[in-house]
Amino acid sequence: MISAVLTLLLLAAIFGGLLGFAAIRFKPEGNPIVDDIDNLLPQTQCGQCGHPGCRPYATAIAAGEAINKCPPGGEATISALADLLDVEALPLDAEHGVEAIRTVAVIREAECIGCTKCIQACPVDAILGAAKLMHTVIAAECTGCDLCVEPCPVDCIDMVPVATTLRAWHVDKPGALIATDKPPAPNASHKSAA
Amino acid sequence: MIGSQYIKLVDTGSIPGGIHPEQHKIESNSSPITTLPLPTTLWLPLAMHLGTPAETTVQIGDRVLKGELIAAAKGLVSANIHAPTSGTIQAIEPHAFAHESGFVQPAIALDSDGLDQWRMLEPWSDWRSRGIEAVIERIRLGGVTGLGGAGFPTDVKYRNSQAVIHTLLINAAECEPYITADDRLMRERADDILRGATICQWLLGAKTILIGIEDNKPEAIAAFRAAAEQLQVPIELAIVPTKYPSGGEKQLIQLVLGAEVPQGGLPSDLGIVCQNVGTLAQVYRTVELDEPLISRVTTVTGAAVSQPGNYQVLIGTPIEVLLAHAGVQMAKADRVIMGGPMMGFVVPDLLAPVVKSTNCLLVPTKKELPPALPDNPCIRCGLCEQACPVSLLPQQMLWSAKNRQLDSALLHSLNDCIECGACAYVCPSRIPLVQYYRYAKGEIRQENEENVSAERARVRFENRQKRLDREQVEKEAKRQSRAAAAAKALAAKTAAEGKAGSETNALIAATLERVAAKKIATNTGPVGLSLSELAAVAQASQEKFAKAAGRLTEAETNAPEMVAALKKATGKLEEKYLSSEAAYQTALAAVEIAAADTPKS
Repeated sequence: MISAVLTLLLLAAIFGGLLGFAAIRFKPEGNPIVDDIDNLLPQTQCGQCGHPGCRPYATAIAAGEAINKCPPGGEATISALADLLDVEALPLDAEHGVEAIRTVAVIREAECIGCTKCIQACPVDAILGAAKLMHTVIAAECTGCDLCVEPCPVDCIDMVPVATTLRAWHVDKPGALIATDKPPAPNASHKSAA
Repeated sequence: MIGSQYIKLVDTGSIPGGIHPEQHKIESNSSPITTLPLPTTLWLPLAMHLGTPAETTVQIGDRVLKGELIAAAKGLVSANIHAPTSGTIQAIEPHAFAHESGFVQPAIALDSDGLDQWRMLEPWSDWRSRGIEAVIERIRLGGVTGLGGAGFPTDVKYRNSQAVIHTLLINAAECEPYITADDRLMRERADDILRGATICQWLLGAKTILIGIEDNKPEAIAAFRAAAEQLQVPIELAIVPTKYPSGGEKQLIQLVLGAEVPQGGLPSDLGIVCQNVGTLAQVYRTVELDEPLISRVTTVTGAAVSQPGNYQVLIGTPIEVLLAHAGVQMAKADRVIMGGPMMGFVVPDLLAPVVKSTNCLLVPTKKELPPALPDNPCIRCGLCEQACPVSLLPQQMLWSAKNRQLDSALLHSLNDCIECGACAYVCPSRIPLVQYYRYAKGEIRQENEENVSAERARVRFENRQKRLDREQVEKEAKRQSRAAAAAKALAAKTAAEGKAGSETNALIAATLERVAAKKIATNTGPVGLSLSELAAVAQASQEKFAKAAGRLTEAETNAPEMVAALKKATGKLEEKYLSSEAAYQTALAAVEIAAADTPKS
């Protein structure tokens, strides 16, 4: 009896010690769930969610904020977040904007006065230029976040939809219409199964 | 011929699945290849090969000779484009392009001058002495791409120095119905193909040249035998049964060598390089004769074509010109398909030109190839699974693709699907399975690209954040160091002044003294009262004094006993009145002095 209790106590002490050691020695850096959430967010860094970037919003979600505040991510991001966090997928909160097509900022270079305001506003350093020199957007790095448009004193920045290139194009999903959905053809010459 | 020392027949294996659609080869393979007359304008799209689009090297108005470079390859996987005939560059602008999307693509328009004048050619009969690098470079300069369909730049296949290649596999299967371009080429130019194969074999250091050919092309097999005898090139012949899609690169390898190319791998992993017959003939023409890839053999066939057959077409010839020459009755035609009936696509605009990978133009009537009917629901018959040459589960992939479950589609090896269309061919519910797979593949590709760009944006955002933090810290540090420097400078200045300026100090002391004296003078009388208040106080005490004086005179007549007390009180009040009056006067004077002083100070 005593030996059994002692054995169990000893085992408990050993494993407790091991677990305690592991908890300190192998403690993960930062909050891993924030990284997971951050990976699902579109990284537009647009701030439409009310946070200054995707990572701050990921931190806020980890702390319990609603998952439906990301318009660029849209339904796909919301459902991915709902899957990850095991919460209900809510419809997109219209307060923070609506899901729009992807755009890219384009500076009308003839009108640019070189004030560097847009450069300071860009969250991903995708605008190139210097004071009193013309600026331009590195289209490949632009996330289409819109943040450079408002600071521009001469309104020379346009958000234009990203054009589909030949290499980026792919076929659409075949139409949902199936034979049983189709109204009977007036001159049905073939013997249809329906 | 049997038992010749140059020809060896090898046994073949088999592939799973496959289908046996109607061949329809006889319509176009019975007449020799005819050369199309010179078209007036050629359009050469810059993105007609797989990989990076080429960059133009000519200007509008330039005169070019046949075979001159007009657009140069950009990057490793890209191909040069040459003028298919002599003439003038008419335009460089977006033009109709043979692609399902219907997008226009940048292209060079070349107006033919009718002379068809070659540039200076530099034939190499001694290519072996030029070295492997030089020959590969010549293939690259010649703009040679795979002519079988995908349009992959050929030179890239020979730059892979890691793999040890033992076999050059010549893809002569041409399994898709209707297409006979390779068949005719083999019958007429088997010697060119074998010469090209010799060059490629030498480049690769391969031991054998193995020809994989379907048994429905006996004339082509005979042509190969004759050419091998004539050129004294040892070849191995693998005659495979006619079955679609035995001409797929990986399927042919499995058929003739019994080995499967690993998932995500290349044929070179098995020591094989596979090359289409048309490409090999072009390699010969490019390396030995210095002719770049400027024309190809294209089949024009279908029930709406009055003279179906094979045509030697210049790259860039508008499709409608070729169709008109082949006698297509557009009224009968339902649509124009580029490629075969299984894997081809509908050409959205007939102004689009023939490109390097155009092996066939199929113009069927509505009766011959009826347009797609609406599909029925999947009945889970499993025929697709039996037809799949890659042993995939088409049904499962259909569910995944339909519901956009991309992970599940990948789990079912969607990326190994060769899009041959065998599953859709056998489907009793007419489900366009391949279209679903291509949709899902496109979505996967798009998602991957988005992930990559999101990752890049994340890194850039984090770097910027770090930079801003660092700048903040630096700014703060700078501010603090500046503040410290300022305090030090001030202290130094004060100390210096303390030593040097005793006179100034005395002056300051005198001024302070004067100000203090003035303050004392101003503040005489009731402390802290203003001028008007002082006046009021003086007024009140004067009134009180006047009243008391009145009462005193009254008392002197009526009540003599009160006089002494009243005299004392009146005296006190008089004293008070005089002092307050004095205070008011002093204050008034002080204010006047101050008023007089103000402009000076």
